[in-house]
Amino acid sequence: MLLTASDLQAIGLTLKVAGATTGLLLVLGVPLAWWLARTRSWLKTPITTVVALPMVLPPAVLGFYLLVLMGPNGPVGQWTQAMGLGVLPFTFTGLVVASVFYSLPFMVQPVHNAFEAMGTRPLEVAATLRASPTDTFFSVVLPLCRPGLLTGTIMSFAHTVGEFGVVLMVGGNIPGVTRVVSVQIYDHVEAMEYGDAHRLAAVMLVFSFAVLLAMQLFNRRGRAGKAGPASASNMF
Amino acid sequence: MHPTTRTLSVLMLAVAAHASALAAEAQVAVAANFAEPIKAIAAVLEKTTGHTLKVTLGATGKLYAQIKNGAPFEVLLAADTKTPARLETEGMAQPGSRFTYATGKLVLWSSNPQRVDGKGAVLNDPKLGKVAVANPKTAPYGEAAMQAIDKLGLTAAITPQLVQGESIGQTFGFVHTGNADVGFVAMSQVLEGGKLKSGSMWVVPQALYGTIQQDAVVLKNGAHNEAAQALMALLKSPNIKDLIRSYGYEL
Repeated sequence: MLLTASDLQAIGLTLKVAGATTGLLLVLGVPLAWWLARTRSWLKTPITTVVALPMVLPPAVLGFYLLVLMGPNGPVGQWTQAMGLGVLPFTFTGLVVASVFYSLPFMVQPVHNAFEAMGTRPLEVAATLRASPTDTFFSVVLPLCRPGLLTGTIMSFAHTVGEFGVVLMVGGNIPGVTRVVSVQIYDHVEAMEYGDAHRLAAVMLVFSFAVLLAMQLFNRRGRAGKAGPASASNMF
Repeated sequence: MHPTTRTLSVLMLAVAAHASALAAEAQVAVAANFAEPIKAIAAVLEKTTGHTLKVTLGATGKLYAQIKNGAPFEVLLAADTKTPARLETEGMAQPGSRFTYATGKLVLWSSNPQRVDGKGAVLNDPKLGKVAVANPKTAPYGEAAMQAIDKLGLTAAITPQLVQGESIGQTFGFVHTGNADVGFVAMSQVLEGGKLKSGSMWVVPQALYGTIQQDAVVLKNGAHNEAAQALMALLKSPNIKDLIRSYGYEL
């Protein structure tokens, strides 16, 4: 391997950020998607829109707002300081928080689609068998919607790995804390270390290709196995 | 159309054509520390000659990389002497056009008016928060900041607190928004009309870092551009030198 120690550190950090972000998104995004799929509230449309916002918003805008809001004089910053968490920009936690916003649609949308595609029928059947709503959710809904959940998980992870603009604005380029792979590549290029940039860029290319290929293969197998209602991966 | 009116309109057209032939435009790559002065200088240039500037700001090292990769800049106002010199030896700049337009000063600055004392003792404060510097690989002011930290013997203590801006411009932003406690920035970013705009600063003693002598150079693309040549002439004029000094530069 021709990668330098700092390249390896950046790769390790990137995987950590993406892993933490994906974990948080599973905890926060899946219930949100469930609520969106079931609710009749007028709030559904505006919230769906807000969830989709990071897909079209320039990362610079997201990064700028986060920098200002999470900074010591911003409302979020005031709150995190009062909670004893300090200020979030330039920290690992801050990067994860930023990434959760940045990758939110990549988790919520496929899962939401899967929940909607499932319809209400399995829930009704489960109810006639006296399953509690919680039981139904974990033993009926989640297994039925596995392809959607998997798509959301993989896409959130991969999208966070590819994050650049937001990190550039709120990261501060700290080795081992916020210097993720994309920033490391950028740094190499700006310093004209093209050889280093090439090696790391190739790693990212192979990674991205492998992730998407694996997802294609998985979805094909899933579709061939059973014509489940929950394949939401077509949107990507 | 009345003959006189026609003559007049033809004349006016001729004048307009003449003026537009005279007024050229130059694409100028400018080191981020010079962001404020270049605005004022561009305004003077346009008023006195009609020439306009299209300004791109960035860290000197980044601008160099862009020029090497074919960016269409016609003038470079760098934050060091070695970048313009290297461009000249590499045949990317007009020989003999290099000169020093400013010598920059490094300051330690905080947006909090009570934070930085006149001796920089804040750097020894155990409660010191994030310290912003520009990326030393590409920004001369970042390199100077690292030299100063090293000379102060604080490398080990401050390294965990360091955050890097892409250029001195972003570095200033980190401190300005309060996200960094203090930061090493260019004096030109915090001075206006010779006075500190806001916050508190310590002027880092010159003995702690290598002189930030800033050279301008006409690039190959700009050799025949009148606006580029006019800008170089203007930078050498006494009035503009005074203007540059008012931002805290030496000349």
